[in-house]
Amino acid sequence: MRHPRRFSVGNFLLASSAGLVFLFLMLPLLVVFPISVSSASYLQFPPPGFSWQWYQRYLDDPGWIDATIRSVQAATLCTVLAMGLGVPLSFFLVRSRLAGVRVLDRLAAAPIIVPTIILSIALYGVFSRLQLIGEWYGVAIAHTVLALPFVVILVGAGLRTFDEAQEQAAAGLGAAWPRIIWRVTLPQLRPSLISAAFLAFISSFDELVLAMFLSGASMTLPKKMFDNIMMEIDPTIAAVSVLQILLVGLCLGLTSLFGRGALTTTITR
Amino acid sequence: MQLSVKGVVRRFGPVAALGGVDLDVAEGEFLTILGPSGSGKTTLLKTVAGFEIPDEGAVLLGGEDVTLSPPRRRDMGMVFQNYALFPHMTVAQNVAFPLEMRRRPREEITRRVEEALRLVELQAFGERLPRQLSGGQQQRVALARAVVFGPRLLLLDEPFGALDRKLREALQLEVRRLQRRLRLTTLFITHDQEEALIMSDRIAVMERGRIEQVGPPAELYARPATRFVADFLGESNLLEGSLLDGVAQVPGFGGVPLAGAHPPGTVTLLLRPEALRLATEAEAAPCQGLGRVVETIFLGLSAKLRLQMDGGAEVLARIPLRPSSPPPASEGATMLVGFSPEDVHVVPRG
Repeated sequence: MRHPRRFSVGNFLLASSAGLVFLFLMLPLLVVFPISVSSASYLQFPPPGFSWQWYQRYLDDPGWIDATIRSVQAATLCTVLAMGLGVPLSFFLVRSRLAGVRVLDRLAAAPIIVPTIILSIALYGVFSRLQLIGEWYGVAIAHTVLALPFVVILVGAGLRTFDEAQEQAAAGLGAAWPRIIWRVTLPQLRPSLISAAFLAFISSFDELVLAMFLSGASMTLPKKMFDNIMMEIDPTIAAVSVLQILLVGLCLGLTSLFGRGALTTTITR
Repeated sequence: MQLSVKGVVRRFGPVAALGGVDLDVAEGEFLTILGPSGSGKTTLLKTVAGFEIPDEGAVLLGGEDVTLSPPRRRDMGMVFQNYALFPHMTVAQNVAFPLEMRRRPREEITRRVEEALRLVELQAFGERLPRQLSGGQQQRVALARAVVFGPRLLLLDEPFGALDRKLREALQLEVRRLQRRLRLTTLFITHDQEEALIMSDRIAVMERGRIEQVGPPAELYARPATRFVADFLGESNLLEGSLLDGVAQVPGFGGVPLAGAHPPGTVTLLLRPEALRLATEAEAAPCQGLGRVVETIFLGLSAKLRLQMDGGAEVLARIPLRPSSPPPASEGATMLVGFSPEDVHVVPRG
């Protein structure tokens, strides 16, 4: 027979406060989604009727589509750069026995701490000399600075829990370094690598401040959204937001699916 | 293949982890490095494996100087304390790894992996992942992976540390049989003296970066060259006495005549617990004294007694028990303790 569970005030308080926080986080979505399918031509809640017109307008407007493509390009390049630089950097920060490497490890998070405005102004000065202003790849390079800490933190955490004896074992069994990294180390870091890559992608895809300074006439999606709000408020912005939320949600979903990687997928295989 | 370690020194800052180690392992021999933690045995193993480069000295494998060769060029099979299996590969993929690194043809890899798994009786487990196996099974996979490519030397780094007693004993014998069958030259690292006695052709006892003594288990047990070896290997009574005209005066036991020539002065006598006779059995012993039982430990097939000798030191005695034996004496009882001088080993000074 089961013992009856006693009602606990503590558990009740915990559950209700968690519920409130969850509601607080979710409410914007509950507003944005209905507005995106509104029949009204201005932001009105609750919407008077249903219509796909704002999605249609987004798809018909080459300005929106160009900005979307540019953002995807920039986010992809940013991901490639952040991973290409961040993974080797994580190895160095975790494995190096040089004095001061721990300080460097802390400093790797600096781009998150430095106000983005400051970073933007600094990069503006450098990029204008390099003629990178107004180019989508300029934005991608700037976003790489912001994405790098995510990669270093995630991959570094994965590396720290990795058993280095395995690399010694592989070396003893006849493997050279490139093959040890490729066959033994990286496959086990896969969850961290996938999470890091998606986070880098999202951090660039979502970023506004650097894009405002650096993208010029070739706008990224967040910049275009910002301009849209400034000039002509209509529910297109809600439709774009919903699409953006869906894309980011897809990234996060894929991360939790493959980011746990080694564990769940290999057992089922 | 024959291994020679010649004058190897390895310093970490001011500390010498290895202070000039010489060691020879014959072809097909099972040699154990036995020592407490911090004695340098792991550093020695890493030097042989190539993970450490010595400051001085040389490592020779089959006459070839491999002191500076990277680990992957040494062809040594190594089993780590925590096995170091690759968790993202199946058992068969793990065992195939060293063969793939040597770019053997596909059919040969399949055949040899199968052979190696049969050798450790895991042929049905090839498609499993390491985490789906028990500790003992993982250990055997690690062993199969270490021998599958026909290594020139097998290195075992405390491979049974994480296993429970029963499993450890079974695996010890299994490893020993496998090693004999494949005639693998083997260097085995442990801090467990019982394990060393069970498995080895010869044992090298290490302490503070030096090898104290090398020899077959029985010889080390009966005739330890230093006080440290006498104390570390098995249980021991080390009795101090003063020697005059071939007779040592030992407090609690009186005069003990010693065979052979020893310089006069203070001597240390090693008396194993099983050499001591108690009560009626001690009556005929040439050396005797009275002892009071301080503690009795029942061990099943034997019993251990700690006795305070009258006017002397505390000694440990171990007496065999048969099912019909009366219970060993209880604490507080006083009884005759004796031994025969032939069972005494004089531990060299130094």
